[in-house]
Amino acid sequence: MRTRKIILHDMCLRDGMHPKRHQITLEQMQSIARGLDEAGVPLIEVTHGDGLGGASVNYGFPLHTDEEYLRAVIGTVKRAKISALLLPGIGTVEHLRLAKDLGVATIRVATHCTEADVSEQHISLARKLELDTVGFLMMAHMLEPAKLVEQALLMENYGAHCIYCTDSAGYMLPDDVKARVSMLRERLQPGTEIGFHGHHNLAMGIANSLAAVECGAARIDGSAAGLGAGAGNTPLEVFNAVCHRMGIDTGVDVMRLADVAEELVTPIMDEPIRIDRDSLVLGYAGVYSSFLLFAKRAAAKYGVGSADILIELGRMKTVGGQEDMIEDVAINMARNKQ
Amino acid sequence: MAQRINAALIGSGNIGTDLMMKSLRSAEINPVWMVGIDPASDGLARARAHGLKTTTAGVDGLLPHLAADEIRIAFDATSASVHHENARKIREAGVVMIDLTPAAIGPFCVPPVNLAEHAGRREMNVNMVTCGGQATIPMVAAVSRVQAVDYAEIVATVASRSAGPGTRKNIDEFTRTTAHGIEGVGGAKRGKAIIILNPAEPPLIMRDTVHCLTATTPNQQSITDSVKKMIVEVQRYVPGYTLKNGPVFDGNRVSIYLEVEGLGDYLPKYAGNLDIMTAAALRTAEMLAPEITAGAYGQTAPQSGARS
Repeated sequence: MRTRKIILHDMCLRDGMHPKRHQITLEQMQSIARGLDEAGVPLIEVTHGDGLGGASVNYGFPLHTDEEYLRAVIGTVKRAKISALLLPGIGTVEHLRLAKDLGVATIRVATHCTEADVSEQHISLARKLELDTVGFLMMAHMLEPAKLVEQALLMENYGAHCIYCTDSAGYMLPDDVKARVSMLRERLQPGTEIGFHGHHNLAMGIANSLAAVECGAARIDGSAAGLGAGAGNTPLEVFNAVCHRMGIDTGVDVMRLADVAEELVTPIMDEPIRIDRDSLVLGYAGVYSSFLLFAKRAAAKYGVGSADILIELGRMKTVGGQEDMIEDVAINMARNKQ
Repeated sequence: MAQRINAALIGSGNIGTDLMMKSLRSAEINPVWMVGIDPASDGLARARAHGLKTTTAGVDGLLPHLAADEIRIAFDATSASVHHENARKIREAGVVMIDLTPAAIGPFCVPPVNLAEHAGRREMNVNMVTCGGQATIPMVAAVSRVQAVDYAEIVATVASRSAGPGTRKNIDEFTRTTAHGIEGVGGAKRGKAIIILNPAEPPLIMRDTVHCLTATTPNQQSITDSVKKMIVEVQRYVPGYTLKNGPVFDGNRVSIYLEVEGLGDYLPKYAGNLDIMTAAALRTAEMLAPEITAGAYGQTAPQSGARS
């Protein structure tokens, strides 16, 4: 592997909102962001777990608004840039403009991997607002590499600077990542960056991220202490240490990031972030990682198995955002048991 | 049988073509024209096969014929951006417009909730909100007519194949217009709308989930009764409108799980989102038809301002 520089993008204040049921306090956000900043993490994502405008019955109401979180964190960091996620169909261009006004530097427009054309208005506006603009193709395991490239080309054409292969379900194995990232690298403009976002449901976070770097990815998502949906994201402090051993330049201090994970992020966890049976099922069956806690709650309420709910959601080929189907499935399962 | 009034369908995509097939069966509406812009459009070919006149010159290709063909009502199934221009030209010609785009220039109509309110108002432009709005606002209204709803949120999941380029280019119009309809017609103090596209094969039938937060503890029996009555009202024009689960009560949350299967007129039955839109638009036109025939709208011929 040739020595290269990559950008680490921390997720614990966005994807980490899922296991925290969107209840991270402003003070926790600020202290973690300050720690990440001081460790040299260049990019930190902040919003509701489901992105700008995610506050809802369906995904959960956060402790604070996107505006309050972004304002607090942007006022805290000195070097790091702040990114915000936006899922068309949930967030709108009004949210995008708000994020820009608050000082967000990077906007990540996320669609299901086959639906890139719903991102045109958001990506083109983000470019017009001179934001670093990312197209984020979720659940990328569900689409073969050549078709994924077609969707990526749409986003590139709308103006995205960077395209992500996003393993929302933590389903991919290193060869799946290689096939997708290498074809993206080959077919997109040389100036367009490629990114990879992993989930650790099959413990492939590090291996998949390395595979992505090997095939030309320049941005890697991870989360300090892994705080993220399902079994969490790629644990960023571990990935950073591995990069240092391998001579991949991240610009992030190994021990300082390990301190953030140990002293600031781990203490705020409601439950340990680990590969429990349900998270394993997410990765094994290819189910959207943020369904995890909803399935556990519905299972408890209706007296059915959470793993069974997740398997059924996988069989139904649900996509990100269909959290409403979890209670519906649980009710059906409870009815069929009678 | 009442006299059928002549209608023009603007837009030859999925919605326009489905609406044509439904209106061919109508006792009140007689589709005469279909307007498109793409000569290769399947919708225009079907329209010609059913004896409709067609143009590929957009609304300007229709305007010179409005008077001679006695067009009294027009349906716009183009896009919100195109609708603004179409609406102006059609209004100048004195023709009533049923708008199926999310442009929302005119007042919203969700038939089982407020169709009767539109009677006798002589509105020249009536808007059908969105497909998700037609599928969910009746349920919001079914709750809010029992007790105050502080907040209502809907999640509409449609098959990717049933979401056309207009919806995809401006998906924000969907969320915005639906949220306004949830408030204005559904009666919720605050509304939110979410749309999800799912590419699964075989395509999934449209699913809609309605979450209401009531101001006070929900009266479970009254809300359940009201929801079930409203389901029957919607089934009068969309037989495949089904309550799959709920209402579920959890504190002040009332959740209603729906499925909308279409009649399969143009697109297959999974596209209940298109079906409920066209069925609602046709039902609205059929209600207005007798008033239009009786001259309540006062127009007999296009005014001189009409462009050609």
